[in-house]
Amino acid sequence: MIPALLPLFVAVPLIGAGLLIVLPGPRWLRRVLLLAPSAAGMLGGGGLIWLTRDGVVFAHNVGLWQDGIAIPFVADVFSALMLWTTCLLALVCSMFAVATGDDRQSFFSPLVLVLTAGVSGALLTGDLFNMFVFIEVMLLPSYGLLAMLGALGRLKAGRIYVTVNLLTSTIFLAGVALVYAVAGTVHLGELAGAAEESPLVAAGMGVVILALAIKAAVVPVHGWLTRTYPATSPAITALFSGLHTKVAIYAIYRLYAVVFDGDSRFLWIGVVAFTLTMIIGVMGAVGENTTRSILVFHMISQIGYILLGVALFTELGLMAGIFYLIHHMIVKASLFLSTGAIEHTHGTGALDRLGGIARRQPLIGLVFMGAALSLAGLPPFSGFVAKLSLVLATVEEQQWTVMAVMIAVSLITLMSMLKIWGGVFWGKEPPSPEEGVPMITGANGGSVQTATRSKIRTTLLLPGLVLTATTLCLGLGAEFLLDLSAQAAANLLDTSTYVEAVLGR
Amino acid sequence: MTLAITIAIMVAGGVYLMLQRGMVRIVLGLILVGHAVNLLIMSAGGVFRRDLPLLQFGTALTAADPLPQAFVLTAIVIAFSIAIYMLTLAASGSDDDTEGNS
Repeated sequence: MIPALLPLFVAVPLIGAGLLIVLPGPRWLRRVLLLAPSAAGMLGGGGLIWLTRDGVVFAHNVGLWQDGIAIPFVADVFSALMLWTTCLLALVCSMFAVATGDDRQSFFSPLVLVLTAGVSGALLTGDLFNMFVFIEVMLLPSYGLLAMLGALGRLKAGRIYVTVNLLTSTIFLAGVALVYAVAGTVHLGELAGAAEESPLVAAGMGVVILALAIKAAVVPVHGWLTRTYPATSPAITALFSGLHTKVAIYAIYRLYAVVFDGDSRFLWIGVVAFTLTMIIGVMGAVGENTTRSILVFHMISQIGYILLGVALFTELGLMAGIFYLIHHMIVKASLFLSTGAIEHTHGTGALDRLGGIARRQPLIGLVFMGAALSLAGLPPFSGFVAKLSLVLATVEEQQWTVMAVMIAVSLITLMSMLKIWGGVFWGKEPPSPEEGVPMITGANGGSVQTATRSKIRTTLLLPGLVLTATTLCLGLGAEFLLDLSAQAAANLLDTSTYVEAVLGR
Repeated sequence: MTLAITIAIMVAGGVYLMLQRGMVRIVLGLILVGHAVNLLIMSAGGVFRRDLPLLQFGTALTAADPLPQAFVLTAIVIAFSIAIYMLTLAASGSDDDTEGNS
């Protein structure tokens, strides 16, 4: 009964999107239709976490085709956690978009819903080609969203984004073709362990993993992300940061665990690449001077941390990586939303044009500070638990260099957060428009008055506040999420339950 | 072999076009590479050891593999729609990618 409900995670947002396109309802109804599928998804995801918390794996053959022919939808505790977080972020970012008025753009709401459907599908599917299709379902609306909203230069960013992602998808598809040619199947259950046995399958899967690494923005293929994300509207940046690269990370975890069976021969590549990702990401942030471009570089650095879990491939490492992934999605979106609220209200995210916001509105300062400290890994936030367990995992593997890099990068992250704090929240307020500050292009492309005295509305503040509160709760009650992550890690280490469920045995 | 050589030539041409400056050339390059990958999927089905999927030609075991054909059909549709969108992006605000300012 429960497995048969899994396709609803994809179907409900898609139906919502369809309704939003054909029905010209009043604005409140459209907003309900935008928010309701994500809220329902959160409930469903929560229920799924509860049901899978002791390692049960649900699988459903979509369309009730027989095993081996059907496209399976599979949910274990890892995918359930990701689904819940995805729906939370979709809900919160949609609320923010409603508050900024982004949702008044025609087709904004349906595109966001299709994006959510694609993400849910990619998280649930147990078929390599189907994963490609769902990643495309996720990317196509984002092409539109990226170029639809945002400042000048969004078309240029859109071109980079579409080009890179189309090329990456083509590489992914080539990888799928190679795997099919040598293994004769793209079904994850039948591919289980195949890459460990056959070097040919390993080569094909290597191409797939490479494509996923580009989508996850791992150094040295990270350049597209930092050039495109800051150009769109803050709500969209937050949504993309929470969903897109994280789906690729999830897929790397899943595929490496199932198809490679955690093969230790290739782990060193990951350790090197992801350590470099940490360093180069955080160094890139030093040279930036707007809030969002700094945060985008930190995102790359954090992706290195998350993926380190899979590169260690120990129980502790995987657990830490999964915990880090959930923590990071929430915190990063919170940072993008709180700085986005400032950017929307004051018309700019440039550090030298802002100042003194913490004095006028302590609450937004608190929201940002909480998330920033969590990002840098300070207690009592979830970032501390995430980093500590990851450090312990590197100690266990005696990767001392990696451990030293992780701690050093944390310090630089903290410095970078203090740079935003000093530039935006402390200091003197910049001169008001009458004193000669020129008009600045605002978040929606129009000219916005830099009314520095204006206050940030509560509706803009609330989304970030919710997420910062979540990271605080996850930090104080870390035991809960750690247990779930440990179970998810156990499922990745021993994929037999997953494989049996997918194969329907 | 013919198929492998064709794929190689198409990828080479596609990569050459993608490294050019203009957006339209990049789009054409991506289309070429996309079609090369479609051919790769077809060849993954084992075109040389299988027959036409017609009535009297062989059995189900020797008939052409339908799965890669379904893959290619899906991939063509996706690549086609994105190519159209990219051409739209190339046409709108057409000159702002040739300037050095960022």
